[in-house]
Amino acid sequence: MALLDVCGISDWVKEDTFSSQKASVDRVNHFNFAALEPELAVPIGVDPAEFLKPFTDCEDGVEGVTIKLKHGTTTLAFKFQHGVMVAVDSRASAGSYVDTQLFKKVIEINPYLLGTMSGSAADCVYWERLLAKECRIYKLRNKERISVSAASKLLANMVANYRGMGLSMGTMICGWDKKGPGLYYVDDNGLRLSGNMFSTGSGNSYAYGVMDSGYRYDLTVPEAYDLAQRAIFHATHRDAYSGGTVNMYHMQETGWIKVSQEDVGELYHRFAAEKK
Amino acid sequence: MAARYDRAITVFSPDGHLFQVEYAQEAVKKGSTAVGIRGKDIVVLGVEKKSVAKLQEERTVRKICALDEHVCMAFAGLTADARIVINRARVECQSHRLTVEDPVTVEYITRYIFTNRLKYTHNGRRPFGISALIVGFDYDGTPRLYQTDPSGTYHAWKANAIGRSAKTVREFLEKNYTDEAIASDNDAIKLAIKALLEVVQSGGKNIELAVIRRNQPLKSKEIETLVAEIEKEKEEEAEKKKQKKSS
Repeated sequence: MALLDVCGISDWVKEDTFSSQKASVDRVNHFNFAALEPELAVPIGVDPAEFLKPFTDCEDGVEGVTIKLKHGTTTLAFKFQHGVMVAVDSRASAGSYVDTQLFKKVIEINPYLLGTMSGSAADCVYWERLLAKECRIYKLRNKERISVSAASKLLANMVANYRGMGLSMGTMICGWDKKGPGLYYVDDNGLRLSGNMFSTGSGNSYAYGVMDSGYRYDLTVPEAYDLAQRAIFHATHRDAYSGGTVNMYHMQETGWIKVSQEDVGELYHRFAAEKK
Repeated sequence: MAARYDRAITVFSPDGHLFQVEYAQEAVKKGSTAVGIRGKDIVVLGVEKKSVAKLQEERTVRKICALDEHVCMAFAGLTADARIVINRARVECQSHRLTVEDPVTVEYITRYIFTNRLKYTHNGRRPFGISALIVGFDYDGTPRLYQTDPSGTYHAWKANAIGRSAKTVREFLEKNYTDEAIASDNDAIKLAIKALLEVVQSGGKNIELAVIRRNQPLKSKEIETLVAEIEKEKEEEAEKKKQKKSS
């Protein structure tokens, strides 16, 4: 646990010659949520953050030699009176090449918790599956589902260990727990924000424009579905790195439901017909 | 043949005992009595205060400790061992608040203490020589009482006692713990005092009491007035019985 390290008490525990040789499964570590012992192996003898510094997108980077990691996608989520709406596109791009139009950018952690993905597909899928594992273990140990704030905190802590090492992930953790609907934005720097409306990815500015012009807290459910769908559609229309289909989920008190999965081409024709 | 199997904690005896753990339980039985009672909206912890020397400051001998605002524990056994457990538990309560953004449930912190102890009994160090009563309220308002012992197991109880004469107190509680007996907060407190008065020699001066009410922090209780009330009630009961006998 974070505080245990600061207080130096974990030094006592490390003295165990028994536990230092055990596999991670056998170690009695109920209470460190994978943040204490990083799951991902890092190259030895090299400090990855220092190594990457000249090549990443920062001020002391070498001119002309930067790895620019763009989050090529559009995802959005907003809270309203009937819960949380989550909508994502489904295009996975590799540079200027479209890998697939049918990528699942929402991970269903449990019936009351969803995570969206934007950024590097590999990073997002890995870390959110790890989060799903920790959520399942939490439920088994504590006999109750993990809260949204705890789940988002776990993810933020896990990823903060690898800060500066080239991860690219912008995700929104949405759920419904004892405290009501929850929405958190977590990204690869370990930033974690609670809020009523977020949009991530290269198309987020288009989505924010549409959402901000139509958002009220007291939207009805059909109005909310329409708003979320339009926001993603307009983003896919203008942003080259978003497209495919619009996947929509609605987080209610009884869990999430998948509202729809519609191809943006068909949406275009539907919205165009409305204008006439 | 206990002598051959009781030197190391890592050795079982032929009939399945871990003697070191059982000896640790004997250490607990020498400690001063503590009683815990779970009421409807209140949890009560009472301990027998050991009489202090004339020149000793009374307040430095504390047997009831708060682990967090809504959880506290009393222990019986080796005080030094208890200090370690309490320190670790306090850090874990705050660590949990930091990582999960919620206060610990009583069951979680009991499980943490028990897991910690297990590391000691399994890794060849000596077990802790304390039993603890952990009481508190969960986030959803349910009152809880747990007892842990040196072997590292824990159980939930409605009312329990540990330490010297724990058996007598537990028998008293089994006879007298009913839903009416704990109907109000004051009744629960009185039950705890009555239970301790069974085994404590010199009455109210040697009892220390602490209560947690839902959504309120730990408070130590002034018991002089309550003890006087209980004495009065006892006298009235005795009077009634005498009258019944004579009539």
